[in-house]
Amino acid sequence: MDWSLVWKAILALAGLSFLFGVLLAIASIRFRVETDPRVDEVMDVILGSNCGACGYPGCQPAAEAVVAGAAPVDVCVAGGKKVAEAVARVMGVPLEMRERGVALVHCKGGLSESVPKALYQGISTCAAADKIAGGGKACSFGCLGLGTCRDVCPVNAIIIDPDRRRWVDRDRCTGCGLCVEACPRSLIEIVPRHQEVLVVCNNRDKGGTAKKICSVACIGCKKCEKVCEADAIHVEDNLARIDYEKCTDCGNCIDVCPTNVIVRVVPAKAAKKQQPVLA
Amino acid sequence: MNEAYRYFLIFLGALLIYNILLIRFIALCPLMGVSTQVETSIGMAMSVLFVMTMATTVSWVAWNYMLKPLHVGEFLYIPVFILIIAALVQFVEMFIRKSSPPLYRAMGIYLPLITTNCAVLAAATESVKPGFLKLNVAYHFSLPEALIYTIGVALGFGIVIIVFACIRERLETSPVPHVFKGAPIAFIIAALLSLAFMGFANLLGL
Repeated sequence: MDWSLVWKAILALAGLSFLFGVLLAIASIRFRVETDPRVDEVMDVILGSNCGACGYPGCQPAAEAVVAGAAPVDVCVAGGKKVAEAVARVMGVPLEMRERGVALVHCKGGLSESVPKALYQGISTCAAADKIAGGGKACSFGCLGLGTCRDVCPVNAIIIDPDRRRWVDRDRCTGCGLCVEACPRSLIEIVPRHQEVLVVCNNRDKGGTAKKICSVACIGCKKCEKVCEADAIHVEDNLARIDYEKCTDCGNCIDVCPTNVIVRVVPAKAAKKQQPVLA
Repeated sequence: MNEAYRYFLIFLGALLIYNILLIRFIALCPLMGVSTQVETSIGMAMSVLFVMTMATTVSWVAWNYMLKPLHVGEFLYIPVFILIIAALVQFVEMFIRKSSPPLYRAMGIYLPLITTNCAVLAAATESVKPGFLKLNVAYHFSLPEALIYTIGVALGFGIVIIVFACIRERLETSPVPHVFKGAPIAFIIAALLSLAFMGFANLLGL
């Protein structure tokens, strides 16, 4: 056996490895990029799933923004209070939580409430159904119930039951607003979390039409306007709207509404014992 | 066969006739993994082109000026080329991170992926040991030939992965049967594309 070949092979490989090792060592000093070590620390404590709920393209840019002072410490929407505390500890600043809103789907009609006009069998996304003559529902304002909002929700807060009604789990919802953008009918609104009385309809048809196509549609009767003690609810364009600044959550309008489109959501803690809150 | 025509044949053979992804099925993992969005597949294609060209150049030099004179190339080329590619990718990553942050943001996340990409190793190996081209030339690439061959391979990789990503984006909204959703339908698409690329076989006698 030719032993010189073995020595040559060992020498060649060892020599190359050594050469590359030295080169990389020099390069790592020469091309060092100064980064704030806090960026990595923030990256460690935020969730790191790149959900995009904060509005930044991913967790790395969000962490950089926090360290640069461009984003608040509670930037990680999906992480909630625990993560915000950890980020505040890394940054050495006091914890300040912004009040997060909560998503509200302005439609109450499922398969048993809303009148169908067609049997939609196409692609199962809301955007596709909306484009093909408005999907299967007679109401051209209401929720199609095909789950586009549920699919974009990073924290699985939106539930769609077999009757195609939407439920927002208010404990999970972080108010990130991804569903607001995803909904092709702009049905979803981020409402203040403390607000209890809400109008759950988006139908702007005249009263008679609305009544025919959905049993839980706002018919624009203005009864709520008359009983409101704070001048907070108004019917515009055949649809009741609440001014959340003025509303006192008294609930007078709930009692008079003939089609039950105004509801009171139960505060998150009480709701835990019951069903997820319809909103 | 004149010089320019030979270059053309080498390029065409690497690009289409012996396409690295669809005919030889090397580097299936980026084909399945990085092809869900057109944007990321373009990034991957550019990074592969860049790294492959550099890796081949260094590998060619290492083969012709070190492994061959020492007569150790025949059994040592795979570890040496892997060493070269891994070190090179690390170096390039550090270099562009320092010199061009925008380029780093566009390509940076793909570079570590390429370190272990078998397509890069395949191109480096074949640039010194051309195995499949039935060219009527001596089986030894000169440096320009090796570079043209590599660019052909990388562009072939890029074309296929971008076309594949376009198809997969379109598939997102198609009514695919439940059992075929995700990877199964992607493999079927890859097989159909591969059949299409087989149509190039024997083109210009290659």
